Amino acid sequence: MRKIWILTKRELRSFFNSLMAYILLVAFLGFSGFFTWISGSDVFMVGQASLQSFFGIAYWTLFFFIPGLTMGLLAEETRSGTIELLLTKPITDWQIVAGKFLSSWILIAIALLFTLPYYITVSTLGDIDHGAVISGYLGLLLMSGAYIAVGLFASSISKNQIVGFLLALLIGIFFHILFGILAGNASGIIGNILNYLSLSTHFESIARGVIDSKDLIYFFSIMALGLLGAEYSLTRRKF
Amino acid sequence: MDIIVENLTKIYGSQHAVDDISFKVRTGEVLGFLGPNGAGKTTTMKAITSYLNPTKGNIRVGEFSVAEQAEEVRKNIGYLPEQNPLYPEMPVIDYLKFVAEIQGIEKSIIKARILEMVNICGLEGEKHKKIGELSKGYRQRVGLAQALIHDPDVLILDEPTAGLDPNQIIEIRELIKTIGREKTVLLSSHILAEVEATCDRILIINKGKIVADGSADELRKQAKGQEIIILTIEDADSNEVFDALKAISSVELVDKKDGNNRFEIQSRANESSRRAIFSMCVDNGWPLTEMTPVETKLEDIFRELTMN
Repeated sequence: MRKIWILTKRELRSFFNSLMAYILLVAFLGFSGFFTWISGSDVFMVGQASLQSFFGIAYWTLFFFIPGLTMGLLAEETRSGTIELLLTKPITDWQIVAGKFLSSWILIAIALLFTLPYYITVSTLGDIDHGAVISGYLGLLLMSGAYIAVGLFASSISKNQIVGFLLALLIGIFFHILFGILAGNASGIIGNILNYLSLSTHFESIARGVIDSKDLIYFFSIMALGLLGAEYSLTRRKF
Repeated sequence: MDIIVENLTKIYGSQHAVDDISFKVRTGEVLGFLGPNGAGKTTTMKAITSYLNPTKGNIRVGEFSVAEQAEEVRKNIGYLPEQNPLYPEMPVIDYLKFVAEIQGIEKSIIKARILEMVNICGLEGEKHKKIGELSKGYRQRVGLAQALIHDPDVLILDEPTAGLDPNQIIEIRELIKTIGREKTVLLSSHILAEVEATCDRILIINKGKIVADGSADELRKQAKGQEIIILTIEDADSNEVFDALKAISSVELVDKKDGNNRFEIQSRANESSRRAIFSMCVDNGWPLTEMTPVETKLEDIFRELTMN
């Protein structure tokens, strides 16, 4: 656990040293702020003291930003050869993957933390459902975790960052909308399976304030699968 | 800690990158790994550091097996990979601290170790710069510092002096020699003079197989087999000298060189003609002004073993 934390710290520092973190924070806050407060179905249109519109927007902005954050995590290490340094130190492949995952998750959590003023502002406008806000944030965090794991796996496939980015988006788009659309067209067992696979179903149910173990299991399974896939790619290089 | 490599084989597709090689590096020994590009040097080193799994064979570092106790092995190895990959955005000090922590060095002595490394590797003026801003020579020093920071018993250095200027090369060689007195060092290079200057023993590999193993002198002896001498005898008739030389029983070949009573003499295998030549000159009263044994150059041995 200590080793994972050492790796996480290094990764976070490198996010902040390489402008990556600042660009992500500014872009995320800019986009979500613009659409939450100024344009489209914003907070004022809805006429309710709720953050639902922000959660709806963050649901999409995070979907596009996370692959940008994760694309280089392993691809860049493979391209520059620094992966060889890591893998010949007394740490396991799993610790490397876990460290990278945690660092990105923490960065997203920091980005979400910066949106707390939205919450405070809206709560002064009217009666806000605190439970729904907390579960909305929880939903965003779980979704981010799932996409970071997917992105990490995509980044482990090739040494090209662009491949990592596109592959993460490609896998992500299935969970994000395609399974949902397909589920609408299918019926019976297949429909149910597709519906279960669709990330939006689970996100919406959590964002509504219903924290069901079924949804938690869903998110944690995607994270586990993504991380194990990335670990497998790292181990495979040995042969 | 000894390194023991037994029957190491690594196959990529249908190509044998390393083909059934075995060798041992003893504690306190600096072993130089020589070979043309693509001979399998780097692959062997990667297998020892547990970065690659061998197709066949066993590697042991001290009492630990690389296949089964990789983590223990990694704790005891300092490794400088080829190309010396580093994180360009990290300052030198931060990077060394990171490596020290990863290696599990106790918190209380990390600072002291980093300072020691900065001193040994001559990074004093550069320690707060980002690695990406350093020149190649300084980056190489950072690579060495990270390999040495946990005071490992075994050092694996893949082309440690690549890209350095002559002064730096000499410094790094001295450093390796000093370190090599207590530790087990395996270094690769294709600069022959470097291997000769730093290493106690040389291993030449070609196409994945070991083709020579021994100290520089032993390799010379093996390759030479026959003694070659350059001789100058003044104030004598060159034909007379030529005939006299041919008459010596241990002489196999006599070659006249540029007319000036200079000869190249090749003796029969495992025999020396130097004494006989001297007495011949004394008997005939010829003034002998030069007798130079011709050393086989390591370059020649290398070419002979690796060209076919």
